[in-house]
Order: sequence, then C-alpha cells, then structure tokens
Amino acid sequence: MAMSIDNIFGIGGTALNAQLVRMNNTASNLANAGTTAPSEKEAYRGKRTVFKALMDEEMIHAGAPYIGGVKVDKIVDDTKPIPRVFDPSNPLADGEGFVYQANVNEVTEMVDLMAASRSYQNNVEVVNTARELMMRTLDMIKA
Amino acid sequence: MDVLSNALGIHEKALRVRNQRMELLARNIANDDTPHFKARELDFKSVMAEFQPADNMSSTHMTHFPHADENPDDDGMRYRVPFSASVDGNTVELSVEQAKYGKAAADYQATLSFLENRVSSIRKALRGE
Repeated sequence: MAMSIDNIFGIGGTALNAQLVRMNNTASNLANAGTTAPSEKEAYRGKRTVFKALMDEEMIHAGAPYIGGVKVDKIVDDTKPIPRVFDPSNPLADGEGFVYQANVNEVTEMVDLMAASRSYQNNVEVVNTARELMMRTLDMIKA
Repeated sequence: MDVLSNALGIHEKALRVRNQRMELLARNIANDDTPHFKARELDFKSVMAEFQPADNMSSTHMTHFPHADENPDDDGMRYRVPFSASVDGNTVELSVEQAKYGKAAADYQATLSFLENRVSSIRKALRGE
C-alpha cells in the first residue's frame, strides 16, 4: 500500500465537489425566490441537496473515486406547500386571480449557503493540512 | 544490513497508522452533512499493538496454547459516541472532528520528527563524520 496521504486529497475533493453542488442549488433557489407561476404545478420548488457517504467499492466511479468521501445522492424538491396569492393584476394570474409563488424562504437559503460555505472552507483546511504534512514528509530525505 | 533495515524502528509503522487516522478524520469531516453517517475513530493503541513483538510465553508442554493476539480481527475502528445526537442520524460533530484533526496533524509531525532524527543519524553514520 502506497502512502495514502493523497487519499485525504481525494476525500476532501469529493466533499468540495458536493458542497459546491449544494451552493449551486442554493444560488438557484435564491435566484428563483421571487418568481410566480400561473399554476401550482409550474411554480418553482426549492431544491434540496442530499449527500451520501461513499462506503463501498461498487460506488467508486469516475468523478468520486475515493472510499469514505461524499457524493450528491439526489436533489429533491422542497415539499413545503406552494403559496397561493391573490393578485388579479398579475398577467400570470389564473382564472380566479391567483398566482403561485416559489416555496423558497430567502432567510433559510442564506443560512444554508453559509453552512455550505463553512463546510467548503473546512475541507479546504483539511486538504491544506494534509498538503503541508506531505511536503514535510518529502523533506525528510533532506534531513 | 540488519541494522539499517530496523533503523527506522516503530516510527515507520506509526507514521502509517497516523496517516490512516488522519484519513479517517478527513472522511468524518467530508461527511458532516450526510444523513445517517456515523463518525468513526481509530484506536491507535490497538492498531499499534499488532506491530509490537508479542511477549513470548514459553510453552513447556505440547498442549499449551500458544500466546495469541486477544482480538486478532480488531482493526482498531470504533464508532464515536456523539455529545448530542442530531435529528438526521449523523454523528459527526464538526468542532470535535476539527480539534481531533488538528491534534492528529501534530501527532503526525511528532512521528515525522522522530523519523527525521533517525534518518539524519543514519546519514551521519554513513558519512563517517
């Protein structure tokens, strides 16, 4: 077994990737927070990112090749009810004068964005520490 | 040649175990937001015990059991008990993991320093200074 400090890079990398997907989804939620739609079906639903740990050999494939890392398992729609608002002057209003808004709460999204960015920073720190230790290990032959 | 092959002593193995532990902690940190993920820990002592020479009990009779590792299948993996359980079944507590990772990095550097000392003394011996 080769020295596996580069596994830490891989694990950190999968985490950075996963958190980036989460941040993208949050950005998409925020961008669509104010949108309205003519029917409940067409209304924007918040996207939630669900993570999954990479535990088995069979889960290893291109893009997430490290056991113990993390990957985006699925992206699910938020199940919160779609707000139905009476706004007859809106060109998108349905026959009864209602529009359907996105079920996104900006405050929740901002908190989620902060959490994702903190997790991202954490993993950058993990990779940085591992890199420093690797460099020191390489320097050992100079001792 | 025998002197040189044992020159790095236990530290070479220790570095490997330290590295393994850092990898495990990196996994915990990576899975901070994964539902149902259980944080794990490596029991350094039980892993290193495998590398220690077994204290040979002398058997004076052929029916005596040979000395054996108490838990030969023990790979040193333990599940961490969280201070407070979270709703989604995840037992990673980031502050705990960060602290452990920091300490693990320091431990790794300590083992590195031991190794550096060994390497430089071998170097001195070879140069004959």
